[in-house]
Amino acid sequence: ALLAATPNPDYQLMDKPTSEKDITSYNNYYEFGTGKSDPFENAHKLQTRPWTVSVEGEVARPRTFDIDDLLKLAPIEERVYRLRCVEAWSMVIPWSGYSLSTLLKAVEPTSKAKFVEFTTVVQKDNMPGVGSRIIDWPYVEGLRIDEAMHPLAMLVLGVYGKQLPNQNGAPLRLVVPWKYGFKSGKSIVKIRLLENMPMTSWVKIAPQEYGFYANVNPQVPHPRWSQATERRIGDGFFAPRVDTLMYNGYAEQVASLYEGMDLRKNY
Amino acid sequence: MSAQQIGAPGTRNWTAREVARVKPLVFLLALYPLARWIWLGTHDGLSANPPEFLIRSSGIWALVLLGLTLCVTPLRRLLRQPALVRLRRMLGLFAFFYTCLHVLGWAYWERGWTLTSMWADIVQRTFILVGVLAFVPMVALAITSTRGWIHRLGRGWQQLHRSVYMIAILSVWHFWLVRAGKNDFAEPYLYGALLAGLLLIRVFYFYRRRSV
Repeated sequence: ALLAATPNPDYQLMDKPTSEKDITSYNNYYEFGTGKSDPFENAHKLQTRPWTVSVEGEVARPRTFDIDDLLKLAPIEERVYRLRCVEAWSMVIPWSGYSLSTLLKAVEPTSKAKFVEFTTVVQKDNMPGVGSRIIDWPYVEGLRIDEAMHPLAMLVLGVYGKQLPNQNGAPLRLVVPWKYGFKSGKSIVKIRLLENMPMTSWVKIAPQEYGFYANVNPQVPHPRWSQATERRIGDGFFAPRVDTLMYNGYAEQVASLYEGMDLRKNY
Repeated sequence: MSAQQIGAPGTRNWTAREVARVKPLVFLLALYPLARWIWLGTHDGLSANPPEFLIRSSGIWALVLLGLTLCVTPLRRLLRQPALVRLRRMLGLFAFFYTCLHVLGWAYWERGWTLTSMWADIVQRTFILVGVLAFVPMVALAITSTRGWIHRLGRGWQQLHRSVYMIAILSVWHFWLVRAGKNDFAEPYLYGALLAGLLLIRVFYFYRRRSV
C-alpha cells in the first residue's frame, strides 16, 4: 500500500539510492531465518494488523498506540539515509516516517528516563526463525535517551513511498542512521523508558563483538573483519569498496553526543 | 594380489578402465557449482551482494568437494571396488579449484588485491589465519598430485598427502569461526559431523587391519 510522504529537504543525500528490489530482498531479520533472502521468502506470514505499540516505563503518560494512531501522530516525511550494516555492507534508503522524539515527547519521559528499550514482535507460528536458539527472543535493542531524542533517530513506517514491507520491519521500525543497522529494531511492539541501560540482544550473545553503542566507526574493527571500508549494495560486480565514514557520515550532527567517551571501549 | 581377489564375492570388480570411463561424467558434475553461478549471474540471482554470495558459496563448495574426496577411500572399502581410487585426484583438484576461487574472491572483493591489507587480515583475525593454514598445504598437495611427483616422492608422497586430514579439520574450523559471532552453528556442525564420520571410518579400518 502507498504511504504519502513529503521529502524533508534537511535529510537528503547526493548518494544514489539503492534499488527497491535490493532493499526489500537483502535483509537481516533473524526471526525469519539467518539467510539474507529468508526474510523476503518468509515474512509474508507476519500479521501486521491489528498492531499496537505500548510505550511505558519512566513516563508521565504511558500509552498504547494503535498503528493507525502512529500513522497520524505527525506528518510523514521522506528522508534519505545511509544504512551501514555491521557486516560491512551499506545501502542508501528513502525512509518514510518522522523523528522518534515526536512519539517519546507524547508520553512525557520523566527525569529518571535515561535509556529507551525497543522490543520486536514474536509471532511463533509465523516466524520460522524463532525456533532457533541464536537469539533469546524477543529481539531487544536500546538507545541512550539523548540518542533516542536526536532528530535523526527515526520512527519508520514506509520506504520508497510505500508502507514498510514485512521483511523490512512492518508495520513500524526504528532507524538510527549513525549506528550499525542491528540497532534499528524492526516490527516494534514495546518501547520502555528506563533508568538503567537495558541488556540488548547482541550484547547478550557476543559482548566482545557487539557493544551497546554500536556507532559506525571505521577506526574500531570488528574482531572478525575491518570496519574501515564497506561494500555499497548495487554498485556492481567489480566496484571497489568505499571508505566508511565516522558515524556513517553523520558526525556533524551526532559527534557531540559522545564527547569525552573512549570509543574503543564504548564500541 | 589382483583386484579380482579382494572384490566382494559374487560381484565383479570394476576395472581401472571402467572407472576411467565415468570420469568425464564426474568432471561435469563437479563443474555444477560453476555452471550454477554463471546461470545465477546471468539471471539476476546472485543476491543483492554478489561478492558475498560468491565468496561464501565457493567456500561451501570447496568443503563439499574436499568431503567427497575423503569419501573415495571408505567407498572403495565398503563397495570393495579399489579402482575407484582413479576418481580421487580429480575430486581433490576440484576441491583445490573451488578453494582457489574462494581465496581469490577474498583477495579481490575483501582486500582489493592489496598484499599489506591481506597480511593485516591474516595476522589480526584467527578465522582468516586458520583458512590460510588450510590453504597453503593444499597448494603443495595440488602441485604434487601428478604422476611424476608420485614417483619422485615415493613413500613420502603418501605421508605428505595424509595432511589432507589436517586440511579438512582446519577447513571446518575456519567455517565454524566464521559463524562463531552469530552463534549460527548448524552448518559447521553438520560438516564437522560428516568429517568426523569420514575420519572415524579410517580409524576403524586402521585398527581392524592391525588386529587381523
